[in-house]
Amino acid sequence: MFDRKVPTYKVLRDREACTNCGACVRQCSYGVHRIDEQSGKLVADHGACVNCQRCVLMCPPRAIAITKWPQVGTGSAVWTPDHMKDIAKQARTGAVLLSSMGNPEPYPTYWDHLLLNASQVTNPSIDPLREPMETRVFLGSRPVALRVNTRQHAVISDMPPQLRLDVPIMFSAMSFGSISLNTQRALALAAEELGTYFNCGEGGLHPDLERYANNTIVQVASGRFGVNPQYLNNAAAIEIKIGQGAKPGIGGHLPGEKIDGEVSRTRMIPEGTDAISPAPHHDIYSIEDLRQLIFSLKEATRYRKPIAVKIAAVHNAAAIASGMARAGADIIVIDGFRGGTGAAPKRIRNNVGIPIELALAAVDERLREEGIRSTVSLVVSGTIRDSADIVRAIALGADAVSIGSAALIAIGCHQCGDCASGRCNWGIATQDPALTKRIHPQSAAERIVNLVRAWNKEIEEMMGGMGINAIDSLRGNRLMLRGVGLNQKELDILGVKHAGE
Amino acid sequence: MQERDTAQDVLSLGTSHFREANERIRDQLERVDRLTLEEVFAQRYLGCALPQGKHLAIHGTPGNDMAAYLDGGTIEVFGSAQDQIGNTMNDGEVIIHGRCGDAAGYAMRGGCIFIRDDCGWRAGINMKEYQDKQPIIVIGGDAGSFLGEYMAGGTILLLGNPGDHLATGMHGGVIYLREPPSTHALSSGITIAPLAEEDRVRIEQLLGRYRACFAGEVRANIPADAEEFLKLVPASSRPYASLYAN
Amino acid sequence: MFFREDRPREGVVRIPSGCAIAGIMDRSGGRHDGTDILRSIALMHDRGNGLGGGFAAYGIYPEYKELYAFHIMYECQEARAQTEAYLDTYFMSEKQERIPTQDVASIKNPPDIWRYFAAPHPMRLNMSGFDEAEYTMQHVFHINSHIDGAFVASSGKDMGAFKGVGYPEDIGAFYRIEDYQAWAWTAHGRFPTNTPGWWGGAHPFTLLNWSVVHNGEISSYDANRRYVEQFGYRCNLQTDTEVITYLFDLLTRRHGFSQQMAAHIMTAPSWDEIDRMDAPCAAFETALRSVYASALVNGPFSVILGSEEGLLAINDRLKLRALMVAEHDRMVYLASEQAAIEVVCPEAASIRSIEGGVPFVVQLDEVVAREQGASGENIQLEAPLAHEIGVLPPRRKEVDHVRS
Repeated sequence: MFDRKVPTYKVLRDREACTNCGACVRQCSYGVHRIDEQSGKLVADHGACVNCQRCVLMCPPRAIAITKWPQVGTGSAVWTPDHMKDIAKQARTGAVLLSSMGNPEPYPTYWDHLLLNASQVTNPSIDPLREPMETRVFLGSRPVALRVNTRQHAVISDMPPQLRLDVPIMFSAMSFGSISLNTQRALALAAEELGTYFNCGEGGLHPDLERYANNTIVQVASGRFGVNPQYLNNAAAIEIKIGQGAKPGIGGHLPGEKIDGEVSRTRMIPEGTDAISPAPHHDIYSIEDLRQLIFSLKEATRYRKPIAVKIAAVHNAAAIASGMARAGADIIVIDGFRGGTGAAPKRIRNNVGIPIELALAAVDERLREEGIRSTVSLVVSGTIRDSADIVRAIALGADAVSIGSAALIAIGCHQCGDCASGRCNWGIATQDPALTKRIHPQSAAERIVNLVRAWNKEIEEMMGGMGINAIDSLRGNRLMLRGVGLNQKELDILGVKHAGE
Repeated sequence: MQERDTAQDVLSLGTSHFREANERIRDQLERVDRLTLEEVFAQRYLGCALPQGKHLAIHGTPGNDMAAYLDGGTIEVFGSAQDQIGNTMNDGEVIIHGRCGDAAGYAMRGGCIFIRDDCGWRAGINMKEYQDKQPIIVIGGDAGSFLGEYMAGGTILLLGNPGDHLATGMHGGVIYLREPPSTHALSSGITIAPLAEEDRVRIEQLLGRYRACFAGEVRANIPADAEEFLKLVPASSRPYASLYAN
Repeated sequence: MFFREDRPREGVVRIPSGCAIAGIMDRSGGRHDGTDILRSIALMHDRGNGLGGGFAAYGIYPEYKELYAFHIMYECQEARAQTEAYLDTYFMSEKQERIPTQDVASIKNPPDIWRYFAAPHPMRLNMSGFDEAEYTMQHVFHINSHIDGAFVASSGKDMGAFKGVGYPEDIGAFYRIEDYQAWAWTAHGRFPTNTPGWWGGAHPFTLLNWSVVHNGEISSYDANRRYVEQFGYRCNLQTDTEVITYLFDLLTRRHGFSQQMAAHIMTAPSWDEIDRMDAPCAAFETALRSVYASALVNGPFSVILGSEEGLLAINDRLKLRALMVAEHDRMVYLASEQAAIEVVCPEAASIRSIEGGVPFVVQLDEVVAREQGASGENIQLEAPLAHEIGVLPPRRKEVDHVRS
């Protein structure tokens, strides 16, 4: 039977290089490596390996490599080993399959079919190293027209609160519980350093992070964990989470074994109980109820904080986003179906939702058709893999993006996809103190800062190539994009021409 | 000046918009601790995040999300309330001299809500407790379906009859009832347990407070003691522990 | 036929182009014939390639001051019949005539060009819910996008555009611009990167009283286009000049800003500059930049905007294009090159260049007098926008060539 007995990965050990130092044994929380008592040699339990590559990188003589288990399937494109494994696992357990990180299935990634423009002759490219280049973004709702007194340099209109981002990149919501406190600390430090925001997710805000209030977005999700007036006011903005790209339409479920003392304190629930977020907000059964929740948060914070509303990219995203804007959301956040997660039912993650590129294009266009795009901000997330993806997202119409997986990869995540087990060897998706101490908040923050700064430089470079020196002029500038290998329908939805046109 | 601090101020809301009404209420509460609202017509968020030491008396029909994020203040409604009262309430007390709508005490974490008559569907949904934060809802009449759905902590005391899907997904806290629920109404994973001595003490304490709030207003007899009550508790704080396979 | 079917024209494709621009204005309102502007633009012959030239003139129809003067080009008889029937429905025409032209050897296949002096039909205007300007604008959009072979070259009052395919000096001769008396003239010589050969696509671009001549290719085009199209503007020609005109119209006529403020918004100060300002000024500029982020015009451009108030000249923030200004007595001269000013006004003093991001404004003396003591507050148009009116759902734009 296909099951754990046939491993997924095989640990290769270079016996000549191996010094039997035992570093791999100490590094692996899955117990893959052990010293065989009889032979005194290192051996591996291949079936336990999740390919997190911790041992590979930590082995002093580089004696370890992980490869695929060599057993082949029948070659059937239908009954693949993966499908058969899942069946075997469910036959054994009768359980719903859980998965972690983003949708790995080979659906089209539209980012890879969008090429960027550069200036040649008819207008000049701009060199970002020597000419001013602006990537500052403000998020929040705005009046269509501003009333001012030009002589007195005074704004007469009521200007809603705005979030200032020095880079068009924020960190996606990741709760304490799904990730370690040290990981959240690193994100908070990086956000402060970069002039952007981290999002505490729906797990409450740990007291240690309260001092980063100016760079914090707090989340209100259906479970309302840790939500009280102090929490709401101790933040730069509030995000209502309706859905998440990895698991549209379902709630959250942090298993009791992850609710240790600190997580319990932060979520304000007893230790060891399951933290269950209902599928819907039970005060939102209709769009006008969203307005009610948005304004209850505005009332609770005296209209001083922008309210973001996050949805998963689903079929009707454009109409929903329009309703969100009209319900009073200051920032619309859309998370695509490849977005990561600490845990989601596998069938949901792999099958529900739509690509962020299409959702973004449709939402931006719909808001424009209705004449309200400039009154609201639009943030997208769900597989932003590099700076070119950000340029594409902004050219399609986003104001800014959020990154989750990329920030975690910067500090060690190897996308093994086993977050839900809580045994993350990189100290990210775990609460085990022996593992979480592997993340050093300051040096992890430095790596995240380096990543975002590097991306921002690349964004400036690409903008400069297009002859654009302010990110405002890239936003929604779809002429800067051309499709390759897309059909007419896809081009129409994306609102771009094909390369060569 | 001193007199003014203790004086009970009165504001008439009429059909003013909630934003303006709440602004006026907050302004007034800067100066006085007790405020009476008259001619209230559906203004939302009355007493939103109202802090300790502040008291609102409401005459009329307050709008949805009354006492949302309530933070230690007290609110007494002389009439009925609409949907989602005490939403995500943190602390304080809400007393309703009448009935209330759906999802009362949604995700409530602390404080107590006393409802003289019936409540709508999904009361106490996702109520939760943490250490000394122990939310309480007392319902004098009948409750709609899904009472205590996803309940993760706290106490619900129901004097009338529950609807269907009682305590579905409940994984913490306790619900006290007078009548045993029919088997189809009670969700799986919920245990009917005998009352312990501490349960009796709590029930009688809550009945005493209910009586103090509404004595003379209710037709039916308020039970004198805890004798006829039952207790519903979740069989596990991890109802879905074996639902998933990693 | 004045365009060839087998070649894409403006609106079908987006055509970058380089140019020469010039402007001459008499602040006192004194009117002058087109001789000087023609000489000025002709000197910059090599900045164009003979594929587009044109002029805008203000104050040329004093006898019909209160009426919209429509200059309309027709490629065929049916287009004219259809357009005139349409105009008869929505406007009351006081006078209509063929615009006098003169044969010029180098001008091939000109369209049939007419002008109409007309007022909106009072009852229909009333029923539309629009003000007069919005009403007229929507009908101009309608003719340009729905009547094949008709193009409204200008639609302002007491002004007109004279443009076509050819070098500007030849176009000037063709339209006999020396026969018109104007207090302000602007001119354009075009260097499109391919050959649309279409008269409607020549510049100046005009709408209502606006005329815009422009040099450069903006890199923010699609961001600007998609911003203004939210508010009922239709960028049929896909040109920079068109979108810049709509931005000015939106910011001034609808949002109530002065032209100078509109230009300031379009060439907003950098965040570095804003960060150095005192707190109230920084808050003011920050609010403007956040609300009007998509009205920022990026990339190289120099623009001369004409209107009933006078002329406004603006260069992009990085000053990637040249634009010179000089004054002499009551006259003001603008041109892409200094010599194009000196050739018509050798005595012009203080010739200087327009700074990047700093609008240069010259208004009629009467406008200056009228605006003294204005409050500095912008008054926004209360009238609903086109897309906000009607009981039918907004038409979902067809996926056609206009959509890019």
